[in-house]
Amino acid sequence: MMGDRIVKGELLHPGSASGEILVLDTAVSFWGGFDPTNGMIIEAGHPQSGEKVTGKVLVMYRGKGSAGTPAGVAESIRNGSGPIALVLCEPEVNIAIGAAVASELYDIHMPVVSLNHDDYVTLASAHSVVISTDGTLTVRK
Amino acid sequence: MTDLTQKEKDMLDGKEGPLLEFAMALVLKAASIWKAPRLIEASFAHIDACHYYGQAHLDFARKLEREGASFPIPSWTNTVPVSLTVSDGREANNQEFVDGAKEVAEIYERIGCRPVWTCAPYQLPDGPKLGDHIVGSESNAVSYYNAVVGARTQKYGDFLDVACALTGRVPFAGLHRDEGRIGQFELDVTQLPEELRYQEEICHLIGIIMGREVGSQVPVIRGLPVSTHKDSLKGIAAAGAASGGVAMFHVLGVTPEAPDEQTTYAGGKPGRTYQITTKDLDEAKASISQVKSGSVNMVALGTPHFSYDEFQRLAALIDGQKVHRDVTFYVSTSRFVAQMVEDSGAMEIIERVGVTVLRDTCTYFSPAVKACKGTVMTNSGKWAFYAPGMLPVQVAFGSLNDCVQSALKGEVVMSPSFEG
Repeated sequence: MMGDRIVKGELLHPGSASGEILVLDTAVSFWGGFDPTNGMIIEAGHPQSGEKVTGKVLVMYRGKGSAGTPAGVAESIRNGSGPIALVLCEPEVNIAIGAAVASELYDIHMPVVSLNHDDYVTLASAHSVVISTDGTLTVRK
Repeated sequence: MTDLTQKEKDMLDGKEGPLLEFAMALVLKAASIWKAPRLIEASFAHIDACHYYGQAHLDFARKLEREGASFPIPSWTNTVPVSLTVSDGREANNQEFVDGAKEVAEIYERIGCRPVWTCAPYQLPDGPKLGDHIVGSESNAVSYYNAVVGARTQKYGDFLDVACALTGRVPFAGLHRDEGRIGQFELDVTQLPEELRYQEEICHLIGIIMGREVGSQVPVIRGLPVSTHKDSLKGIAAAGAASGGVAMFHVLGVTPEAPDEQTTYAGGKPGRTYQITTKDLDEAKASISQVKSGSVNMVALGTPHFSYDEFQRLAALIDGQKVHRDVTFYVSTSRFVAQMVEDSGAMEIIERVGVTVLRDTCTYFSPAVKACKGTVMTNSGKWAFYAPGMLPVQVAFGSLNDCVQSALKGEVVMSPSFEG
């Protein structure tokens, strides 16, 4: 499609996804700042508190917060309340581990990808994205 | 690319069974993301995955038991979201949660973890020492072990903590390496009036500011007194980890790897310095404390778990008084510290005045507590930071003394602003 842009990310956990993106203005913790029963951001004072991440490609610069992060990620993948993919700029282990454990336990493979700064900025201003299992992103304006 | 020893390769290739194959794959995923050249042996683990949060925790724990998990290193359990020793008033409201949490806890005990159930394992004897490589998980404990004990750990979240403990290996990366522990950012509190720098409450607020300002860097606090108590350092660790994910900090002249500027900065200089003013303290307090007056429904102490010294201070403040009839007063702690406090006679003093001591768990996991709504007063920056999102409460944050006075009066008692 015209205007599509292909960028290659570092694959933190493989999977494929296609959908609208939700860019978080500041990082949110998947434990404490997020409710995996309904996919809602609940961190008090977070600019996007009350928004749902369900079914979105979640784009946030870096991870944050407590040790419960992998469990929050895995639980939200298990029950379908979570994002369908996660794109970061700073690679984050806890989110990747949550995705890996969900793959092992539930055979659901949510991609987690990190991008360099410029590609991250490109994605953050886009509307939707297609993520392939090899870590290629097709960014749609 | 991470180099592996023969034993590590055998685990990865499944020669030691499918569970260690899966565990080693998780450890290697972390090693690869952190760009670790190799793995190193760990001597201790603090397991957070025993803290039930939903079905994923239970499915993971059941898998461990089914596949014959055993831990080659001492592996202690974090706090759990329900009390394991007493029946809670709200259990009936969410039986599935309570049952799940108890089953997960029981599984970890059965497969060989030491059942200490605490987020402050550093208050117990026989734990890790300066220079040990360990598997830390719960964020305040990671920060405390790194900063105050000088044991070395990355933040190993749920499941990765278990994977590292099962394999006895951690990626040689980040805070396990000398260069990962060098101070990068200075928080200077020397402009604060000296009496403030001795106060525990201020330390929690410094932690809140630290988390907000530094991102993932290693901060160095300059200007706290040499006598700064471990409970104040606990407050900094917990608040900094909550508000910003700080996993390691130094306090110049106080923490073991910061004897002087030369050592702390490895001969270099901080990339940035932030001067904390009384105005910053007031703003930090306002950011976590929504109410300044009015009635108090609950007082919540012990996040992270109340220490033996804190219990002694509380007992001295509250001895012979009476908690106001409209106030529920909870203190969370470990069963180990609770036993020590019982032996000292202070538990009787505290319980007699109407304080409830919760063992193994924490007040912000709502099934454990009754009537957790309205205004809650706490002396914990971490509790204040998280609670409004997790519970139907508004928070008043203050010192231990403020909390006690509020509990007695039934109304928020708070010190005036720091700026004056």
